[in-house]
Amino acid sequence: MIYREAGQFKTTYRADQAVFPILQDRIAILLILAVAFIGVPALASDYLFLAILIPFLILSMAAIGLNILVGYCGQISLGTGGFMAVGAYAAYNIALRVPELNLLIVFLLAGGCAALVGVLFGIPSLRIKGFYLAVATLAAQFFLDWLFSRVGWFTNYTASGSVTAPQLKFFGYIVHAPTGKYLLCLCLVTVAAVVAKNLVRGRLGRSWMAIRDMDIAAEIIGIRPLQAKLSAFAVSSFFIGVSGALWAFVYLESWEPLAFDINRSFSLLFMVIIGGLGSILGCFLGAAFITIMPIFLNQVPAALGIPLSTATVSHLEFMIFGALIVFFLIVEPHGLARLWAIGKQKLRLWPFPH
Amino acid sequence: MGPFIEVVLGGLLAGVLYSLVALGFVLIFKASGVFNFAQGAMVLFAALSLVRLMSGELSAVHYWGAAAVLGVAVGYVLLLFWRRARPAAAPGRGASWGLIGVFGLIGAALAALHGTAGWSGWVAIPATAAIMGLLAVAIERLVLRPLVNQEPIILFMATIGITFFIDGFGQTIWGSEIYTLDLGIPKDPMFLLESVFEGGILVNKLDIFAAAIAGVLVAVLAVFFQKTRIGRALRAVADDHQAAQSVGIPLNQIWIIVWTVAGFVALVAGIVWGSALGVQFSIALVALKALPVLILGGFTSVPGAIIGGLIIGMGEKLAEVYLGPVLGGGIENWFAYMLALIVLLFRPQGLFGERIIERI
Repeated sequence: MIYREAGQFKTTYRADQAVFPILQDRIAILLILAVAFIGVPALASDYLFLAILIPFLILSMAAIGLNILVGYCGQISLGTGGFMAVGAYAAYNIALRVPELNLLIVFLLAGGCAALVGVLFGIPSLRIKGFYLAVATLAAQFFLDWLFSRVGWFTNYTASGSVTAPQLKFFGYIVHAPTGKYLLCLCLVTVAAVVAKNLVRGRLGRSWMAIRDMDIAAEIIGIRPLQAKLSAFAVSSFFIGVSGALWAFVYLESWEPLAFDINRSFSLLFMVIIGGLGSILGCFLGAAFITIMPIFLNQVPAALGIPLSTATVSHLEFMIFGALIVFFLIVEPHGLARLWAIGKQKLRLWPFPH
Repeated sequence: MGPFIEVVLGGLLAGVLYSLVALGFVLIFKASGVFNFAQGAMVLFAALSLVRLMSGELSAVHYWGAAAVLGVAVGYVLLLFWRRARPAAAPGRGASWGLIGVFGLIGAALAALHGTAGWSGWVAIPATAAIMGLLAVAIERLVLRPLVNQEPIILFMATIGITFFIDGFGQTIWGSEIYTLDLGIPKDPMFLLESVFEGGILVNKLDIFAAAIAGVLVAVLAVFFQKTRIGRALRAVADDHQAAQSVGIPLNQIWIIVWTVAGFVALVAGIVWGSALGVQFSIALVALKALPVLILGGFTSVPGAIIGGLIIGMGEKLAEVYLGPVLGGGIENWFAYMLALIVLLFRPQGLFGERIIERI
């Protein structure tokens, strides 16, 4: 009864093309943003920030990037971890070699580096697709893993191979407290989500979706596969690269190449699948799900008094992830975002069934 | 010349091992169009089941369960033969289930009598094969059947889910440490062609053994695919699902069969890999090495899997020995992928794959 668009007439093209055409949606988004920007920093504890909220936000951004490639352009990628690593190491090297640069610019440049690498590894997508492409992107993952662990220049020749990020300093302020880090991530992720949402609604996004739905047909109606596919790789890798830089600088602070191994790629792919392919909202839902799930699995048996060894917990985690992936693919191939859409549809009619 | 040949030979023999894993992928892809990412997890699962059943360190329940599965499988196979030989005298549906159940109980009872001592390979290998068959049935029922007619990419992601599940499940029930698998396969190194080269060529007996097994396996599979009734049905399904179904080939049974066969191939690969490296989680990662073999050889070609494996194995070793020192070592992690990627740029369907023709 509350969620109803009856009486909301659109009188201008602008209103018709709005991201959130329904008033209730706009209010809800504003409320969520207000809570995220004002409510959460006032209430949340340090543990909540460091263990859940910050990783959730950063991974959401990476998931947005991956979703652009997989969900919108239909190019399967298993090299996400590698592209995150490119962002992280690019940011590290730029910050190390040009220390006077503002960190925000460093992050953007890191995203740019990742975009370049992404385009490079996206070139095979012009010839191959589907499974072949999935395997080809694995090549990116393994090559980049090797590059950052074996070539000393990237890690500034540290003996152990692990590197430490410099202090987070913006315009003279040092961001050290969890609240500050959270707000930094939140700002960047909000910007990323707005940009992504508008990109996929526009000409570029439509050309990606045409390629996804049937690439030959898209080519015939005048979409250039070269531009569409490579731009998807570039934009996707840019977001992933920035999120990799954030993951390294804000969340991990000091890291080694193992932090971006193939499991990172898989978990991001799972976020996108569980959240919903081809949905920006789905990225957030999927990231939240995958971030909270292991913590939940760790806490619940302990709270219930069932002692489980850490090995068992990690194996159970594997099993539950695997089962959930299959479950979601069977029950709702479009993920949590689709469930949300169905829920909204029901809400419009509530309390009537039809 | 001697060291060069030694490297090439070592690479070829390592390539045989990759081929073994790649073979499982090709079988499933040919027959059902599913790119089975879980093949590596199945190798790990088979190897873990085998080594733990032989170890005698498990609780009694494990042995009873495994024996019951073996009993059920034996009962099922006997029943199949009975039906084939005398269709009129064969029991009905209910009686068949009863009979299979009795066989399962007999198996469990025998295991209970045997106690918790480790099994010999002669029992453990068939039991593991039966477990792989059960796994195939479970996958078909729980995953493939509900996902029928979905896009291939959805099925691919489902197999990633299966991979995670089997990895976790196998390690939960069988344990997750490193186990040594000893089936009496000789492992000591030996020298070949000592008369031709000074010092001869050093090879491991295990590698030769693996190559022999792979050869036998490929021969058996070739006969199975070309000569048997089921093999012909499999090829028909691979060609066109709907046409196969309309001439009366039961699709669900074919899927179970093909996943079971892939499970057997995984078992063989698990035995060989487990003997070489010990049974541990890293075996599951071997599957990732088989992927470039696949794209090099083509997803649909059994000879492609073998030759692709040999090329990758040889290329990898040569690169590690001759390029590795220049680039800083460890390049065998990605060299295979890069090689495959370069081949793909020129031949998108792989070396032996069928030409990809697309229509709107």
